[in-house]
Amino acid sequence: MSAQQLPTPVPYVSGETEPFWSGAKAGKLILPHCTHCDHTIWYPKKFCGECGSLVVEWREASGEGTLYSFTQVHRGEGPYRDLASFVLALVDLDEGARVLTNIVDADPAQLFVGQRVRAVFHDAGDAAALVRFTPLSQQST
Amino acid sequence: MTIRGKAHIAGAFEHPSRDLPDHSVQQIHAECALGALADAGLSIRDVDGYFSTGQLGFGAVSMTEYMGLRPSYVDGTFTGGSSYLAHVGHAAAAIAAGKCKIALITQGAKVRGVLRGPKHSGDTPEFPFETVYGETNAGIYALAARRHMHEYGTTAEQLAAVKVAASHYARHNPNALLRKLVTVEDVVNSPMIADPLHRLDCCVVTDGGGAIVVVAPEIARELQRPSVRILGHAEHIKHSGNGPNDFTSTGAAVSAPRALAEAGVSLGDIDYASIYDSFTITVIMTLEDFGFCKKGQGGAFVADGALALDGVIPVNTDGGGLCSNHPGYQGGLVKIVEAVRQLRGEAHPETQVRDCAIAVAHGTGGGMSRQASVTLVLGRGDA
Repeated sequence: MSAQQLPTPVPYVSGETEPFWSGAKAGKLILPHCTHCDHTIWYPKKFCGECGSLVVEWREASGEGTLYSFTQVHRGEGPYRDLASFVLALVDLDEGARVLTNIVDADPAQLFVGQRVRAVFHDAGDAAALVRFTPLSQQST
Repeated sequence: MTIRGKAHIAGAFEHPSRDLPDHSVQQIHAECALGALADAGLSIRDVDGYFSTGQLGFGAVSMTEYMGLRPSYVDGTFTGGSSYLAHVGHAAAAIAAGKCKIALITQGAKVRGVLRGPKHSGDTPEFPFETVYGETNAGIYALAARRHMHEYGTTAEQLAAVKVAASHYARHNPNALLRKLVTVEDVVNSPMIADPLHRLDCCVVTDGGGAIVVVAPEIARELQRPSVRILGHAEHIKHSGNGPNDFTSTGAAVSAPRALAEAGVSLGDIDYASIYDSFTITVIMTLEDFGFCKKGQGGAFVADGALALDGVIPVNTDGGGLCSNHPGYQGGLVKIVEAVRQLRGEAHPETQVRDCAIAVAHGTGGGMSRQASVTLVLGRGDA
């Protein structure tokens, strides 16, 4: 499955989440980090649900993680409706967050829980890019 | 303060139709309201508390006007499919606090033949980070099922056993959308929706709804029909918790023991359980989290026939959301209705649990990333 075949719906970008989306647009995974309790925050927001602090620092993450779970969806909805199938997945970022995403450029039959993956960025409109993942071994070739 | 014994369910009604192309949603709400009030032996003029999810028009206010209600207490709590179980708990608390005496809870839904668009969009806190990747309800629960298989060795055939059990019951429900008995092979050979979930691992999509009437004990005593005592209620919102959310467990792990403690009953006292069944995996995880079996053993538990009438715990004897009804993608209200039928001894004779004194109804709202679990413990009038 080629990455370019997946739709790229434009996400809602607010002032609060703009650093995440502009980072993705520049090919970087930028996550909010609480300077008070040293916690990586997910989903992106300017509030630490761990300690209640409003002081958030945006830090570049490694962009690597581990496949927690995945599914090949055969009945997509909305912009995904016309696809024969696509892979929806949960990736545990090395920084601790568990994020919903897609796995691209991989044979779904070869995916496995625990597989190492790396972020790839797909432009979505002028101000954002979607953060998808691909198996790490394929990236290193 | 506890709500134990402070309020009764006096009326319960499930809309008999599953496909209502010519109805408006408000009509469905109103027909269900009249059905539940008639069941209780009350009139719409008696209602002084109103509860709905507020998804229609201007929240709960719109249906208040439509039905001509003049409530002294209104609640528009929305927690997805578990909303209606929350409403029963909130109504009991409001009645216990003297805020109202006759509370009406309604659901109306019309979704058949409507193509689902993106699940969520726009300026919401969490969904810009999820919806863009094509999340679907089945996809989210497939992620749970895959992880459950990975951690515990659960199989597709064990998931299928939940559907098979539901189909055995649904044969006796003339209003069930799917009344045909299915086998494990039928389930695993049905089209894949989001692997490992097949079409028959998913609940039905139906129009319709239902209504519940919750009343003060002194009102219940004056009514002719047997009422059901509300013994316990608990809610738990399970979310990312600022860290990884475990997709192999549900909020029932917290809400069920709390509701049982309020009711003063133990797991072994439960004669019947309405368990939210959006997907087969939902039932397996919830039964584990209640403690009906050890965590991870839910697959073997259901495959051994635990859900049948003569099994460890009869579940969803109306055929559940998997075979009978899941109006508007929200199966919580009809879960309460079947528990009331069982406690009144009014289930179909072929599916009636003998001497049913204590029942639970459990709802799971939202998805797996964030989830609102609500547990109700209900007792026969003498329980």
